[in-house]
Amino acid sequence: MSIPIEMPKLSDTMTQGTLLRWCKKVGDKVSAGDILAEVETDKATMEMEAFDDGILGAIYIEDGGKATVGQKIGLLLEEGEKLEDATAPAKGGDAPKARPDTRTPTGANAAQGGGSTASTEPAPAATVAEDGRRIKASPLARKIAAARGVDLSRIAGTGPGGRIVREDVLSSQPSATVQAVPGAIQPIIAAPAAPAGPGDERIPLSGMRRVIADRLLLSKTTLPHFYLNIEVDTAPLVALRAEINAAAEASGQGKITINDFVLKACVATLEKMPKVNAAWAGDAIIEYGAVNLAVAVAVEDGLVTPVIRNANKLSLRGISDAVKDLATRARNKKLKPEEYQNGTFTVSNLGSYGIESFSAIINPPQAAILAVGAIVKKPVVNAAGEVVAGERMALGLSCDHRVVDGAIGAEYLKVLRHLIENPTLLLL
Amino acid sequence: MHYDLIVIGGGPAGYVGAIRAAQLGKKVACIEKERAGGTCLNWGCIPTKSLLRNAELYHLMNHRAAEFGFKFDNLGFDWEKIIGRSREVSDKNAMGIEFLFKKNKVDYIRAEAEIEKAGSVIARSADGKSETHTAEKILISTGCVPRPMPGFEFNGKTVISSKEAMILSEQPKSMIIIGAGAIGMEFGYFYNAFGTKVTIVEMLPNLLPVEDTEVSQTIEKAFAKQKIRALTGTKVAKAETTENGVRITVEGKKNEVLEADVALVAIGVSPLLPGGLQPELTERGYIKTNDRYETNLPGVYAAGDIIGPPWLAHVASYEATQAVEGMFNADYQPKKVGTFPGCTYCQPQVASVGLTERAAKEKGIKFKVGKFPFMASGKARAIGEIDGFVKILIGEEHGEILGAHIIGAEATELIAELGLAINMEATWEEIVATIHAHPTLSEAVFEATETAFGHAVHI
Repeated sequence: MSIPIEMPKLSDTMTQGTLLRWCKKVGDKVSAGDILAEVETDKATMEMEAFDDGILGAIYIEDGGKATVGQKIGLLLEEGEKLEDATAPAKGGDAPKARPDTRTPTGANAAQGGGSTASTEPAPAATVAEDGRRIKASPLARKIAAARGVDLSRIAGTGPGGRIVREDVLSSQPSATVQAVPGAIQPIIAAPAAPAGPGDERIPLSGMRRVIADRLLLSKTTLPHFYLNIEVDTAPLVALRAEINAAAEASGQGKITINDFVLKACVATLEKMPKVNAAWAGDAIIEYGAVNLAVAVAVEDGLVTPVIRNANKLSLRGISDAVKDLATRARNKKLKPEEYQNGTFTVSNLGSYGIESFSAIINPPQAAILAVGAIVKKPVVNAAGEVVAGERMALGLSCDHRVVDGAIGAEYLKVLRHLIENPTLLLL
Repeated sequence: MHYDLIVIGGGPAGYVGAIRAAQLGKKVACIEKERAGGTCLNWGCIPTKSLLRNAELYHLMNHRAAEFGFKFDNLGFDWEKIIGRSREVSDKNAMGIEFLFKKNKVDYIRAEAEIEKAGSVIARSADGKSETHTAEKILISTGCVPRPMPGFEFNGKTVISSKEAMILSEQPKSMIIIGAGAIGMEFGYFYNAFGTKVTIVEMLPNLLPVEDTEVSQTIEKAFAKQKIRALTGTKVAKAETTENGVRITVEGKKNEVLEADVALVAIGVSPLLPGGLQPELTERGYIKTNDRYETNLPGVYAAGDIIGPPWLAHVASYEATQAVEGMFNADYQPKKVGTFPGCTYCQPQVASVGLTERAAKEKGIKFKVGKFPFMASGKARAIGEIDGFVKILIGEEHGEILGAHIIGAEATELIAELGLAINMEATWEEIVATIHAHPTLSEAVFEATETAFGHAVHI
């Protein structure tokens, strides 16, 4: 039996290594303990030992090449074994069969056995979420998910008892991060896990908490963020809002919030600037046709970002109604998966908490997020050069520099400022 | 009286819906004009299974006694007792429902119901008294009755429906059965077993036309072996009653004139609507409902046979449960019937769930077929029931169970496993990873699944 040689994990933080130099050539005899190669990690250059006897049968990563931890870099053959035998699809015998139309190990067996199989089938979808929670999903849903690369822990089930069934997988999109960032580096936990002592409470992660952790860690560690901040004059907006709401109240309609205006302005700006309404897709940049505006909503045990679909088609009132409905249902956990997926830009508003300004983390694969602060009364310098009482709101734009350059981000904020400071334009 | 729910009709939809609502803590009445249990318990599923059991035993003793080592000097039967046992079974079951009503505090009202308006129902009992009851919700589950053949109406003596067929006081010498669905097939088997000369006339090209064609062809051979005459692809051109019975002219592969003591018309059912205010109907005359089983009348729901096919007791109960859950819980989205098993209890039995091979092809689904004959099953041999097979359709891409078709002994019991498999979205791997007890007929399900991938050991 051949043994694959994999890139070893030589330090806690190592995710990939550079193969500086092979110390053996193909065809060389190898004994356990021999130095096979020199590998450079993020910290040091280390020697890589052989753990088994055999013949070095193949080298997949040449000197100077990089490989992620666990990636196959070579193959160790048994004495007398030929490379073709080791790499040909297994037939008969005890070896697991990999031909699609014959038996493959069942999900259960594969999970228990755990052995290295030469299967070419997609890996079975995980039965357990990363936080240890069992994922309730039908066998068929698991197979389809595995075939399509859909992460079951990100799907809400509609079957009996919340079980994920076929329809749920078919109607979900492959995980956005997987789709938009092929080969994205898996987030790694750099810091050692915190131990819980006596008197401390250990709270198991909810699925939502796990998603927040994964996505934001991925975003903050792999996306090149930069931040732009402006302050806008909100006096005209506040005045217009008062006028509109007085009329709305008289006709029995709901009030429009400051945030509704900001959302509308944000959407109108995105429509003018598709370069910001975009995503990084590995080998391309996608500029979205529609503006699907994600709005961050704090819920009991975390945060969700319901999406106002085709927000560019909605009036101020339409956006106001949509966000009210989505936020209410988000708090009641009544959102359908498609209602929080596929946003193209996110707005996070902490103004109601009195936060004056902040910087938000981009929600990947989106390219930017807008952080909205509270309206603050403060002394400002007017056009005549006098210090007077004014109203200001801080806006912060976080951008993924791979997609949005500084000038584009700045232009975005300029257009946005114009709309907010001339709010009647939002009523057109 | 004021109720949370009034159910009109006490069949498998009505009584189940009423009890479920009571379990949810609602105040419920069930108005039934005849006897609780509906067609199923009184005039369908249950009493016919009793008759068929008699037929199976008699057929075995009559035709296969020597094979099993039995000897009789004169084997006979008592027709009256056969019918009597069937009625007794029905009576006991119906009493069971009345007990369940009491246990769950459902008011059982024996009366004819009329919807006065949404929220109000008039109950007219047989003694002429009438009472008006009000309710938040009304569930119509009045079901269906046998459909007559135009120009050849039921007369209860020579032109009969399934209802009369299960209580004929005298066994007819000959019978023509029009329609080879489950009802026609079951009575065909029953009467033939006791020596009535049976001719089945079916317009479509196969017996049990909704089943997988391979299954239909197998039962056609089995019926021919039992000496039941089956005229498929044959339609009734003229049907009339005569002095001694019926005369039916048929057109098919051969045009001929058939005569018999009795004609059993088993061509389907017609909806039976309650009196009073009528909800909107479909083109075929069934009550139209939305995805919450609600009719166009606010607060008036409908479930069971009255909302259209499939006309099956187990489907009716499911619909009523879903309707009731949805009525009292706005957050619950009632489910519509998707996959359901269909069973025919003649011998050999026929049972199926999911897609037929025909349907899978029409849908353009790629699939593999696994088939295992009972002839290769040890248990089937031991009990002397080697006819038939298990056939399983498996999706090629993901290995899901698309459909299953079983013909043979206990087929109707064996199908449950596959219904569960489809509903749970199991794939073939879960079936073959499940150890099936040996020796059982259910091993054939396992083997058929293995066969699809060329791995069956016993064939």
